[in-house]
Parts: sequence; C-alpha cells; structure tokens
Amino acid sequence: MDLRPGSRWKSAVCDAQLVVVRPPSSAGELQCGGVAVVPIDDMKAPTGAIDPAFADGVVIGKRYVDEASGLEVLGAKAGAGSLAFNGVAMAIKGAKPLPASD
Amino acid sequence: MRTPLLLDIAADACPDRPALGGGEEGDDFASYRARASCVAAWLAAQGKANTAFLGMNGTALPVLLFACGMAGTPFIPLNYRLADDDLNKLVARSAPSTLIVDDDMLPRIAPTDGVTLIARSDFEAEFMAGAPPEKIDLPEAGNEIAVLLFTSGTTGDPKAAVLRHANLTSYVMSTVEFLGAGEEEAALISVPSYHIAGISAILTAAYGGRRIVYLPAFTAEDWVATCAAEAITHAMVVPTMLDRILDVMERTGETLPALRALSYGGGKMPEPVIARALAKLPHVAFVNAYGLTETSSTIALLGAEDHRAAFASDDPAVRRRIASVGQPLPSIELEIRREDGSPCAPGEQGEIHVRGEQVSGEYLHKKAIADDGWFATSDAGWLDEGGYLFVEGRLDDVIVRGGENISPGEIEDVLRSFDDIADCAVLGIPCVQWGEKVVAVIVSKSGQPDTVAMAAAIRAKLRSTKTPEQWFVRDALPYNETGKLLRRVLKAELAAEACAG
Repeated sequence: MDLRPGSRWKSAVCDAQLVVVRPPSSAGELQCGGVAVVPIDDMKAPTGAIDPAFADGVVIGKRYVDEASGLEVLGAKAGAGSLAFNGVAMAIKGAKPLPASD
Repeated sequence: MRTPLLLDIAADACPDRPALGGGEEGDDFASYRARASCVAAWLAAQGKANTAFLGMNGTALPVLLFACGMAGTPFIPLNYRLADDDLNKLVARSAPSTLIVDDDMLPRIAPTDGVTLIARSDFEAEFMAGAPPEKIDLPEAGNEIAVLLFTSGTTGDPKAAVLRHANLTSYVMSTVEFLGAGEEEAALISVPSYHIAGISAILTAAYGGRRIVYLPAFTAEDWVATCAAEAITHAMVVPTMLDRILDVMERTGETLPALRALSYGGGKMPEPVIARALAKLPHVAFVNAYGLTETSSTIALLGAEDHRAAFASDDPAVRRRIASVGQPLPSIELEIRREDGSPCAPGEQGEIHVRGEQVSGEYLHKKAIADDGWFATSDAGWLDEGGYLFVEGRLDDVIVRGGENISPGEIEDVLRSFDDIADCAVLGIPCVQWGEKVVAVIVSKSGQPDTVAMAAAIRAKLRSTKTPEQWFVRDALPYNETGKLLRRVLKAELAAEACAG
C-alpha cells in the first residue's frame, strides 16, 4: 500500500473516501471500519461489514493522524467506519480554521 | 500533491454545488472540473511545455489554471499593464508555449518562435460556452511546477518565481478547511491574474467549496454593484481599492449586507481607511494578510478579533497592532534576523525570514532558499512582545542616515495623523554628509501644508534624526495597479533635484 501524499483511497466497507496528506514514516496498512482501504478507482461496492470497534465514522473535511508514524489523512467523503493505521485508531487533528485571506 | 486534486475531491464530494460565475449561467463543481479536463486534453495535444495567459479576469482563468495542472504545463499569467516591449520579452521567455490572449490585446504580441497564439474568444467558444462537456480522464501529469509568476522587477529584468504544486497545495491545505464554506458563500476576485493572490484565491475557493465571481478589471463602482448583485460574502482588496469602495458606498447608500469577510493586503493600509471601513461595515470581519509571491501568498494574518481588540484597547502596545499584519500562520516558522544572521529581540527591526512547505523561495534556474529551508524575504520588520509582526517595507527602502536605520513607515504614520495629509511618502535620498537624508513627499488637501508643525510632531514623537530635511509637495504619488507605492520611481525623480550636499 503506497500511501504517498495526494493518493486517494476509499473504504472497502462504507462510503468514506480519503486523501493522504502526509505519508507514514514506515510502511503499514490504512484501514477503515477495520478493513484495509482500497484505491479510489476500485469498482467493488462497499461490503457494509464494519468492525464495531472501528465504527465511529469518518467526517468530511476532518484530518486524521497516526501519532506514531506521522500519517495524516483527509476525510474527502463521509462514511460510517473509522480509521486506523496497522490496527491503531487514528485521532482527529484539532485545528482551528483560519479566516479566509485571499 | 498536485493542485488538480483540490478540485477533484471537491467535485466528487459536491458535484452540483455552484462553483464559478454568477447567477443562472454559472458552473457547478462537476462542470468546472469537466471543462478543465477538456482544456487539459487540448493543452496536452498542443504539446507545448508551458501555458501562458494574457488577459482580464474571468472564469476562463480558474479553468485554465486547473487544466495546466492536469496537463502538466506550468501556468504563466502575464501582466497586461507592461509596455509592449517588456511584455514581448516575457512572451519570448514563456516559449515554448500556448498563449491565450484577450482579442483586443492580440495586436500587441509580436510573432515569436515557439509561441502559439490563441484568441480568448476562440478559447471561450470552444471550452467555456454551452452545456458542460463530459469529463475526460487523463493520466496524472508529472511536471512539479504549477505556476511561474514574473515578479515586478523594479531592478533589472523580472524574475520568474517558481511555485510548485507541493508549495501551493500545502498552503491551501494548511489554511483552508475542505468544503468549509457554506453553499451560499461567494468570493469576489478583483486582483489581476498575474498577482499571487489571484492564483491562491482560485485554489482556496475550490478546496473550501466556495463559489468565485470575477470582476474583469477593478473599478469601485463595479465592485460594489457586483458584491450587491451576487450576494458576495468574501473578498480580498488592496489598500487603494478599499478607500474608493467606501466612497462609492457612501455615495450610493449601498450597505452590502451579505458581505461577511473582507481581507486586505499587498501594501500598507492607512489606519484612517481601516477605521472608516470598520465603522461603515460593522457586520464584516476584517483580515489583514501578509505574504509574498515566493511564499504562495499569506504567511501572517491579523484576524477580525485582533482588529476589534486593537481598536478597543487603551494599551498603546495593543492599540498599535491595528498596523501589524498579525501573527504568523501556525504552519509557518518566522524569524527576524540581524544582518549578521543572529535573531533580533522583540521590538528590534531586522529582515523577515520564513520557512515552511508553502515557501518556494525559488526562481527559474535559481534557488533563493537556504539549505536549511529558510527564505530571506528582503522585507524589513519586527515582532512585538506578543508575537505580532510589523512589516516596515522592503529592506531596500529602509533609510540609512549616518549609520542609523530609519523606517519610512513610522514617519509616514505620524504624517498621516495630520488631517491635511491626503497621501505621503518618506524616502532616503543620496547625500554626501549622511550617506542618505530623509525627505518627505506629501499630498496636501489644502495646498498649503504646515510642514513646520509636521516636522515638530515627528521630532516630538520619534526623534530629530527622523525629521525630514526636505519637503516636496505633489498632486499625487505614483502607484502600481495593485496599490504598491512606486518608491523607486519617486526616489529617482527626487534624487536629481533634492541633493545638493
């Protein structure tokens, strides 16, 4: 799984779509709803089989980080599954939006 | 990360949200992307390394910018205000290129090897008119350079500032919330296409999900009328624009109830103008932004709360922050350094240095950034105890009189406190005795300025060495079209007549 910046992924189990903002410092698996994500152009429909331990949802516009590896992901579409990197739940990055300046 | 991604994810998430232009004729995000993809396919087929644009603002511009990113050809907006000779030099430097030109500007362009001219009307008939086309899927392009912007070049030839996709996307993603705008929000863009704020506005609006509306060219009357007609919520202006906008509002009685946020930058805003704006637009959040072409736009900003706090404060240290550009963005490191490179103390003036992913600090064929990533801005400034940044202008404009560094800005501020001063500039003119001497150029409302009282006020508030030794009265001062005072022009004019010794 090549989690390079700008790469787009989607959940295999829900409607969530994701963009990698910062890559992880070491290789690993980005998961949504407890299952590895798939490339954005994957044609398979989401299975709906969300692991209850990873069912807090992905919110559009929010950033999610894995502290240990530095992986940062943007929620590009919302979904019911929540994100993890190698099984460790990712946290919402709290950032105060700035006022528009241009 | 590449700029087209910003539009791509917005178009996937909210395809039918209004994105471009006004009223019924506008494009939604899906058709915005579809048009850009068709332009990209055409550009790729043209096979030219670069894509240049010469023309007035309009919705063709954002479509072209994203298309360039998709096709992997750097986008080069050219300054139509240049003299024909200078303009044609830049056209030649854009080669090999596809150059899209406003029809009435076509006769200005000399035939140039490697440059294919396309009339704007033909371009718009093909790509902008009619029902939105089908999106064309292109393979991801490779060129890392998104935009080349020619800097104004007050000394020597203009330099081509390089903005990479990584710089611009980093700026957008660290300052804007994805689809953070409400569906009813609309931004009015009136800075010209060849200005960095015109480029960054396209990118931040797409990622934020905010509709953009263009003024072909700025007039205060059109600006106010368009704001009202399009229920504009956000806009960016340069200082000279704001004063004229307020005049029109006064004359027409327009109150712009939909307007929520007005940002300003690109030059020092006179305090009386911002005070007037705050009084006239009490419902609007004002933002003062500071940035450079080489930093992908904004690196520091003074927000609405800062404006209110400064104006309400009795503490002079807080009050004066209205003249600051606020605090550096969280994603930027900023330091003030002395000439020897050591850091300045709070309150001490030096050169502004910045570091961050949005900082390109790069010109074509010339990297201007240090190995450790720091970029020297050539702007003079200082930080107060609270970390608020005060920009004193270009380092070159600092007057060095007998070894003492004198900022024109603080002297100009004292002058502006006189009602009789309509405009003013303080400059250093070569002088045998001191190296440079301080002179003031003023525009007087009465035509009979009391320069003795003005000199006394400067002596009392600042010090005697900062008091102008010569005064010149003019009808107007020279500005460029984005409101930057042309100090070098003024200086050259005065140098001849001013200095006898």
